[in-house]
Amino acid sequence: MDRAAIIGIGMTKVESRKLDKTFADMAFEAVRKALDDAGMTIADIDNVITTSNDFWDGRTISCMAVGDASGASDKNISCVEGDGTFGAFYGLARTLSGSYGTTLVTGHSKGSQSVSSLITNAAFDPIYNRTLGADMITACAMQSNAYMARTGTTPEQLARVSVKNHGNAMMNENAHLGMKLTVKDVLGSEMIADPLHRLDCSPVSDGCCAIIIADEKRAKKSKKKPVWIKGVGMCADAYFLGDRDLSRSESLVKAARTAYKMAGISDPGKEIDLAEVYDAFSYQELMWLEGLGICADADAGKQLEKGSFDIPGRLPVNASGGLMGGHAVIAAGLYRIAEVVRQIRGEAGAYQAKKADTGLAHGVNGLAGQSHCVWILGKDR
Amino acid sequence: MAKRVAIVGTGQTFHKSHRPDVNGQELINEAVRAALADSGLKMDDIDAVIIGNMDHFEGINYVDCWSVDGSGATMKPIFKITTGGTTGCTIAIGGYHLVASGAFDRVLVIGWEKNSESDTSGAITTAFDPVWDRLVFAGAISGLAAEAQAYMARYGATDKDGARVSVRDRKHALNNPHAQLRKEVTLDEVLASPMLADPIHLLDVCPRTDGACAVIMASEDVAEKICKSPDWIWGTGNRHPYAYLGDADYGRLTSMKRASTEIFKKAGIKEPRKQINVIELYQPYSFAGIIWIEDMGIVEPGKGAEYIGSGATDMGGELPINPSGGVISCNPIGATGLIRCAEAAMQVMGKAEGRQVPDVNFAVSTGFGGCWWTDMVLHGKKKPNY
Amino acid sequence: MAEKEYIVIESGEAAQPFDYAVGMHGSKFFTELRDNKKLMGVRCPKCKMVYIPPRGVCGPCFEEMKDFVEVGPGGVIGTYTILRFAFIDPETGQQKPVPYGYGFIKLDGADTLFQHYIDIVDEKKIKVGARVEAVFADERKGTIRDILYFRVID
Repeated sequence: MDRAAIIGIGMTKVESRKLDKTFADMAFEAVRKALDDAGMTIADIDNVITTSNDFWDGRTISCMAVGDASGASDKNISCVEGDGTFGAFYGLARTLSGSYGTTLVTGHSKGSQSVSSLITNAAFDPIYNRTLGADMITACAMQSNAYMARTGTTPEQLARVSVKNHGNAMMNENAHLGMKLTVKDVLGSEMIADPLHRLDCSPVSDGCCAIIIADEKRAKKSKKKPVWIKGVGMCADAYFLGDRDLSRSESLVKAARTAYKMAGISDPGKEIDLAEVYDAFSYQELMWLEGLGICADADAGKQLEKGSFDIPGRLPVNASGGLMGGHAVIAAGLYRIAEVVRQIRGEAGAYQAKKADTGLAHGVNGLAGQSHCVWILGKDR
Repeated sequence: MAKRVAIVGTGQTFHKSHRPDVNGQELINEAVRAALADSGLKMDDIDAVIIGNMDHFEGINYVDCWSVDGSGATMKPIFKITTGGTTGCTIAIGGYHLVASGAFDRVLVIGWEKNSESDTSGAITTAFDPVWDRLVFAGAISGLAAEAQAYMARYGATDKDGARVSVRDRKHALNNPHAQLRKEVTLDEVLASPMLADPIHLLDVCPRTDGACAVIMASEDVAEKICKSPDWIWGTGNRHPYAYLGDADYGRLTSMKRASTEIFKKAGIKEPRKQINVIELYQPYSFAGIIWIEDMGIVEPGKGAEYIGSGATDMGGELPINPSGGVISCNPIGATGLIRCAEAAMQVMGKAEGRQVPDVNFAVSTGFGGCWWTDMVLHGKKKPNY
Repeated sequence: MAEKEYIVIESGEAAQPFDYAVGMHGSKFFTELRDNKKLMGVRCPKCKMVYIPPRGVCGPCFEEMKDFVEVGPGGVIGTYTILRFAFIDPETGQQKPVPYGYGFIKLDGADTLFQHYIDIVDEKKIKVGARVEAVFADERKGTIRDILYFRVID
């Protein structure tokens, strides 16, 4: 595979409810920011991938709302339905296929417009599971219990993730929910589904993120120093929750291995400087870090308590505040990529990691982390 | 280095109006197994999977995740691409890019739909803007009827001209065991069938269908080892303009003109009517068979009806269109565009059996949907020289 | 078992409610429609196209649009059909009453077409190019239904 890089990023502020903005308005804002960031005009964009979800957007063919506003009126365009990291994966493939020198990738969602539990309930099998009333939170609560029972991870350790990420979000001007919390605050918040308290759950937000991927030739002409895509991996586990060992994340292990192999990484815990992982729920950050091999199995909670994942720590995780700080579903993984780009460029301001040569961004599709997409980004080609 | 890409196997279900004997995953699996058998590959050989459908026909969110038992993607990379009616062709274009990127050598592409599981027109209506377009829109037929009216007003075509296309496709379907509707009709029967939306009669439009299609694409490094004469992809392109239905130029399919111009230029095709040997057109209703081939540059604007009437696009004619019987004979929406791609590939590979067009060098397959959108793939017998 | 029994699981009354934000442009349109019976389009500063429904971006130019202009309420039929088959209206869950006139109206002063009902009391008068005007509801709530339909004027 040839090399490609990210040469532009644009993020709208993540907010609880953007009443003044349609999907198109959000897309236009994010795309213009990405173009400005890259020092490009829309004419420099060879093709476009939008990422959206028809259920979340409340319409079939949800991509219709944003194509023109993303500048694709007379360009090749497609739409991935899933997390933004998966949309970006397709954007990368289109860039490397030799067809397009630059690919604009966007992801958008407005959680404010729907009832999220009904949307995620529709991800359950309509024949066997759906009428039982399960949704993303109940599925993840079950996974959290399974994970905690197997690894001995404690509710306090979960709460500590929430404290860290909501705290980090206070330094991120794009975040939706920055808060100074204590472990006691989290454990004292309303129990949503055992063992998950309200503050163990990320919010559901509105936002749009755009990135520009370029092939080597175009990347070398970019205004800012390109952030190189070193490795990418993607993998899906079994569908029925009962078919999986919910306490483990086999598909993440495999996706990460693929990405590391491509990037030439043999010891991720040492070679990766920072990570933005999909912390939709507090336990997920710990579980994913173990799946990613950034720390040993059953060790993430302890590492967290030592401060390893704090911004001044050994390997800052979700320095931006992660999904806890703002969760525009679908766009969320693309925000992770954009945040890693910020870090590697040294543009993360108050939440800048000390060392940021190699970063990891991570996105999830489906219930309780069924399908994962892992990105390794780096400063050097 | 970017890789050249070929189709090395295809598989389809035997499409029917209603398949209560299988659930969605099982329907998908029928097509996947057929494509694997056709290519002589096993699921272990597949490096990645792309799947597509339209969410609101079955009401299942995160179909990429839900479908893995049928698609075979457990512990493999899979993602979903969805763009409405164009989905089937969009995912074929997706498969092309995944392989061309060098990331994967063998990619399985799956399109499917169980249209029997919801009210199709109602579900299509939800595709359009909820605030501005949804009140009066009545599924695909209303928009298509508006196109036909505009074309007729502009070029003086008649409903008989439309009916002739339907007669052609329904006759061709007799040769395709996978088609859902396999019954010959006459011009008079089309014109006497109930008026759905002026000027469209019942026999001018596609049915709704349960069906799935799978296509396996491979890189130039392995394609000829899998398949002696694969179908090489010479170009892909699409246009998805417009945010609202009223933005379109009714009576012309601008997206088709732009996508086909781009692809033909890339492939050095100057006289498409002479250089292309067969077309599988995503043509959900009869009048599109006249209008859209004009936009593709096969004939001049306003000359479509005359060309169809001459028999040039019938089997045995100068440029057979829809040897499979096309969309009018069978329309499992998320699969429909991919069926066009598979049928075109079969024509190039010489595997089209009773519906084979002789000596196919170049074939075109298309997808249609969304807000007057077109996706297109150019297939060729020879390996592209670029 | 002489005949196989195939079970179908119905989704029942399952529904997903949504609150669609219409943004600044849509809000301008619907308040003008509700309060003043005016139809507002928006003009691209570059190509000068007037769009209805109004929106933030001109697709072909990728330019932001803020210049509102009143269009209609008269216009001509750009194209149309008469819907004669019944289907389930996703907004109500009931069969849509047919027949009804379905039109793309080229409003005076607009460059794109506006989709709405056309009154079909006299079907012979419904033609591409026929002159029409908007008929407004007496009680307007700021939705697309504040226009009842367009009627052909001789």
